Amino acid sequence: MSAKQKLVVIGNGMAPGRMLEHLFELDADAYDVTIFNAEPRVNYNRLMLSPVLSGEKAYGDIITHDDDWYATHGVTLHKSARIAGIDRTAKTVTSENGITAAYDKLVVATGSNPFIIPLPGHDLEGVLTYRDLDDVEKMIEVAGSKGAAVVIGGGLLGLEAAAGLKAQGMDVTVLHLMDTLMERQLDPAAGYLLERAFEDLGIKVMTGSNTKQILGHDGQVVGVELEDGTRLDACMVVMAVGIRPSAELAKEAGLAVNRGIVVSDHMVTNDADVFALGECVEHRGMCYGLVAPLYDMAKVIAAQLTGDTSASYEGSVTATKLKVTGIDLYSAGDFAEAEDREEIVLRDATAGIYKRLVLKDDKIIGAVLYGETADGPWFFDLLKKGTDVSEMRDTLIFGQAYQGGAPLDPMAAVAALPDDAEICGCNGVCKGAITGAITEKGLTGLDDVRAHTKASASCGTCTGLVEQLLSFTLGDAYDPAAVTPMCGCTDLGHSDVRRLIKAKGLETIPEVMQELEWKTSCGCAKCRPALNYYLVCDWPDEYADDYQSRFINERVHANIQKDGTYSVVPRMWGGMTSSSELRAIADVVDKFEIPAVKVTGGQRIDMLGIKKEDLPAVWADLGEAGFVSGQAYAKGLRTVKTCVGTNWCRFGTQDSTGLGIKLEKFMWGSWTPAKLKMAVSGCPRNCAEATCKDIGVICVDSGFEIHFAGAAGLDIKGTEVLGHVKTEDEVMEYVVALAQMYREQGHYLERIYKWAKRIGIEEIQRQIMDDAAARKAYYDRFVFSQKFAQVDPWDERVSGKDKHEFNPIATLNLEAAE
Amino acid sequence: MNAMSKNWVAVGSLADIPARGARCVKNGETTIAIFRTADDRVFALEDKCPHKNGPLSQGIVHDGCVTCPLHNWVISLETGQAQGADEGETRAFPIRLDGDTVLLGL
Repeated sequence: MSAKQKLVVIGNGMAPGRMLEHLFELDADAYDVTIFNAEPRVNYNRLMLSPVLSGEKAYGDIITHDDDWYATHGVTLHKSARIAGIDRTAKTVTSENGITAAYDKLVVATGSNPFIIPLPGHDLEGVLTYRDLDDVEKMIEVAGSKGAAVVIGGGLLGLEAAAGLKAQGMDVTVLHLMDTLMERQLDPAAGYLLERAFEDLGIKVMTGSNTKQILGHDGQVVGVELEDGTRLDACMVVMAVGIRPSAELAKEAGLAVNRGIVVSDHMVTNDADVFALGECVEHRGMCYGLVAPLYDMAKVIAAQLTGDTSASYEGSVTATKLKVTGIDLYSAGDFAEAEDREEIVLRDATAGIYKRLVLKDDKIIGAVLYGETADGPWFFDLLKKGTDVSEMRDTLIFGQAYQGGAPLDPMAAVAALPDDAEICGCNGVCKGAITGAITEKGLTGLDDVRAHTKASASCGTCTGLVEQLLSFTLGDAYDPAAVTPMCGCTDLGHSDVRRLIKAKGLETIPEVMQELEWKTSCGCAKCRPALNYYLVCDWPDEYADDYQSRFINERVHANIQKDGTYSVVPRMWGGMTSSSELRAIADVVDKFEIPAVKVTGGQRIDMLGIKKEDLPAVWADLGEAGFVSGQAYAKGLRTVKTCVGTNWCRFGTQDSTGLGIKLEKFMWGSWTPAKLKMAVSGCPRNCAEATCKDIGVICVDSGFEIHFAGAAGLDIKGTEVLGHVKTEDEVMEYVVALAQMYREQGHYLERIYKWAKRIGIEEIQRQIMDDAAARKAYYDRFVFSQKFAQVDPWDERVSGKDKHEFNPIATLNLEAAE
Repeated sequence: MNAMSKNWVAVGSLADIPARGARCVKNGETTIAIFRTADDRVFALEDKCPHKNGPLSQGIVHDGCVTCPLHNWVISLETGQAQGADEGETRAFPIRLDGDTVLLGL
């Protein structure tokens, strides 16, 4: 077997990522691949930076290729390794940090650099660009101070940055040199509508404004001065005025460079072994900054690399969509006015709709849609194919649904699309490829389609169309609800709701329902308790617990039984009790004629069949004996089961009872997504059965083994090992941090083992065992939250809280009855 | 039966009932749950789920319904009818507000 050829890729953006996917599909074994990435991370979806900035998505959500992907495909990825030079004679590349790699074929994908206007003050601290995750992280950091921001540039990126910063709570002004926004993609009318929409969002737009200088103080941005003398305060200035192909490296290596690296239709540079790909490329005089053309190029290079020398790229017509929540905007092609061109315009001021088609020789050559963009892909399809539209000219502007008679429902419109109609513009996926994959591979949901075809996996704006295709192809078998929604009141899943509560700073249930567009006025018995928990967990000091949104058990701090009576379980720390405690329980049982007393699986005593009216009096008596609520009813910390450990047992290795009590006293009162049961066993014989608990500790001679994610209910599952620690103090810190991580991420009613399966055991180990800073932060947040949670609910009610819960509003005499 | 023959009994004031909550009225052997919705409408149902007699007064009140605490049946506050796929009906009582006073029709 001959040695594999060596392929080196410079740059790890979306284009090379896609190129490698195609390459591995065509021939997984053709090359040994090495990638040099100047950024310190894996590959992520740059189109989604705007949702990250606005807080609607997190970095983890936008990763396209994780470490596993590189490992699985045998790709060597050098992170934080910027290439310093290419030696075309020796056929090697060398990075700034001294790594040299030899290549047979080289792909240069160095992308582009944001253009920085060399204004006075452009190098001040706080002047940012908007290009990669580092920029976004810097913006979010500065946005935390909630000051004013100025965005220079009213193009696609500038506007998305402005909307994102506004969502982060900043006062934002957009400065644009031209008279209307996005003048390269929009005509003046649409530009005006867009300007108004931004002003409705509370973003100030100043068109026709020329920046004179950026003002600073002590090296830090404090404002911007315009040519006309106007001064604006700002603690952040974002320059989003355009990009330049990043071609210096190629130029130094002697490759042909104009604006970008010049390539032939085969994507080859003037060196036959060197390809160029992406935003750094100049092809037929054009440089591209949108993702669709880059993906087309990626496909061609992958084909070339695997021996298809006929594969060629012939340039792209591009369509643009603005990704700002609440603003629908689509533009494609050329829409300048000229004598041989005609236009069709539709305006509906009330609905905020503007549509304009530019026609030449009965063919669409440009389209601008504002307010209602569903027909964008259809117009784009007609444009790309050069379809003669003279027959449908009269109704063309109304869209596809109005062609050929009566309006069609959206499903019929999708059904009517030809198989080669493009559905996903970002990834160039046509209808036939999607429906084909659904049928052949038995796909059943959106995530499947995204995984197999990439359709709707980039910017996501065609998600609706893909869902319609699923529905059209599978009929009733497609159940979009099977994927996520929290309940019938919303289309959002638990993860989205949790993320948005934090990102948008939502602090009450009505606020969540309003901002996240709940479909019911007051929620339901599924979402209200979940939202109440999320708010209690996320804003422990500020949120006022909404008892009417708690399940009855948590509202009255006892467990409802089938006959409407309640059971009461006082805490017995670590399962230890005493004669005086037992005597007090016996007295309460006699006094209130409690019909049943049972020892529970969590090492404590349950009194069953108590009338609701008696609860406060029962608690008062128990409280006098020193008992507090055992929270046996709570989605919260229940019990910490222990064995007798070194106190008594001849096999015990540590004080398991003492450690269990310590944990329980530290953690009681905390609310969790679902119930949390723990145990500490004094030796690996494991008499406290710690290895089927939510969190368990097994004491060993050398310290403590921390376990979690066990189950012994509907599912039976042994625990996973989190890790080994040496001291009790470490046990406390690690266990508490783990519980807090689960509290912050778990879906309501999701037990810890299900959460762990969703997040991944390794990720949890990484954050809790390996990342001391993350662990400490979780621990601190738990401790803070406990300040508000450790209040004995029984004592509160004995003292009169929620009195109305326990007594009838009225008792009528029998005569009034009938 | 019509409203004229009703015996309207004052059982308390609106403020006694938590919004999105309920209180009970004991009437001999019968317990009647008085509900107050988020928008301050009041309803009265026998405190018995048509499914397994669960105490509806202990459920979560949302929009015009209550979800039974025992097995999550959803009952209409206005009609006492089980919602969704479940079938059954609990007795609804006439109820009205006179100012802040809750009047139950028996």
